[in-house]
Amino acid sequence: MSKASHVYVTYIRATPEKVWSAITDPDLSGRYWGHRNVSEWTVGASWEHRRLDAGKIDLVGTVLESQPPRRLVVSWAFPGDVDKPAKVSRVAFDIDVHKDDMVRLTVSHTDLESGGEMERGITQGWPFVLSSLKSFLETGKGLL
Amino acid sequence: MDLVFKALADESRRLLLDRLRADNAQTLNQLCAGLPGMTRQAVSKHLAILEEANLIAAIKRGREKLHYLNPVPIHEIAERWIGKFERSRLDALSQLKQALERRDE
Repeated sequence: MSKASHVYVTYIRATPEKVWSAITDPDLSGRYWGHRNVSEWTVGASWEHRRLDAGKIDLVGTVLESQPPRRLVVSWAFPGDVDKPAKVSRVAFDIDVHKDDMVRLTVSHTDLESGGEMERGITQGWPFVLSSLKSFLETGKGLL
Repeated sequence: MDLVFKALADESRRLLLDRLRADNAQTLNQLCAGLPGMTRQAVSKHLAILEEANLIAAIKRGREKLHYLNPVPIHEIAERWIGKFERSRLDALSQLKQALERRDE
């Protein structure tokens, strides 16, 4: 089975700390992503991506690297697929200072099952999530 | 946003984005092999303009660079002019157009 990868980049007028919080704080992530990202964010901890309404868990994984506020790497799977290694993908968030008041956020989603449901979902999802995150941090409003 | 429109205002650059959409994560060599009508220098120059506009992300892997289509700026343009409630109707129209055009081929 071949593996697919996708990389998404956005430039945001914000500090690395604010971008890190927007990704890892359940209340903040809920406001532009529509999901609360819940974890201790330490290496080896689990993380969950919970819907705002009723808290249904749509994604789960494990924290693989955590260097606040610069780099976060997590495994990423549907809850029913967590024990199937072929269906567990990996997401790296890299937060780099670009200019004085800008950061470059790079989301690298790798180890995706080529043509699978997850790949179809995330290629729709990431452009929306990153646009919404940028709008949320720069204007206070996400695109929800 | 000016950079995005300037980058998109060129047939060869739109073709490069189409190639990456069909097959993401390609090296310069792979992109050149798929476009025999373009010189390596031309492909390289177009890639630099697309990268400057953030329409592609180039990620180093060993000695190579892999090029990825980055649709985030295009999404931002769509968000600016297409309201949330128009999107489903526009999707339906776009699908209808594709279906009708396919029938003519």
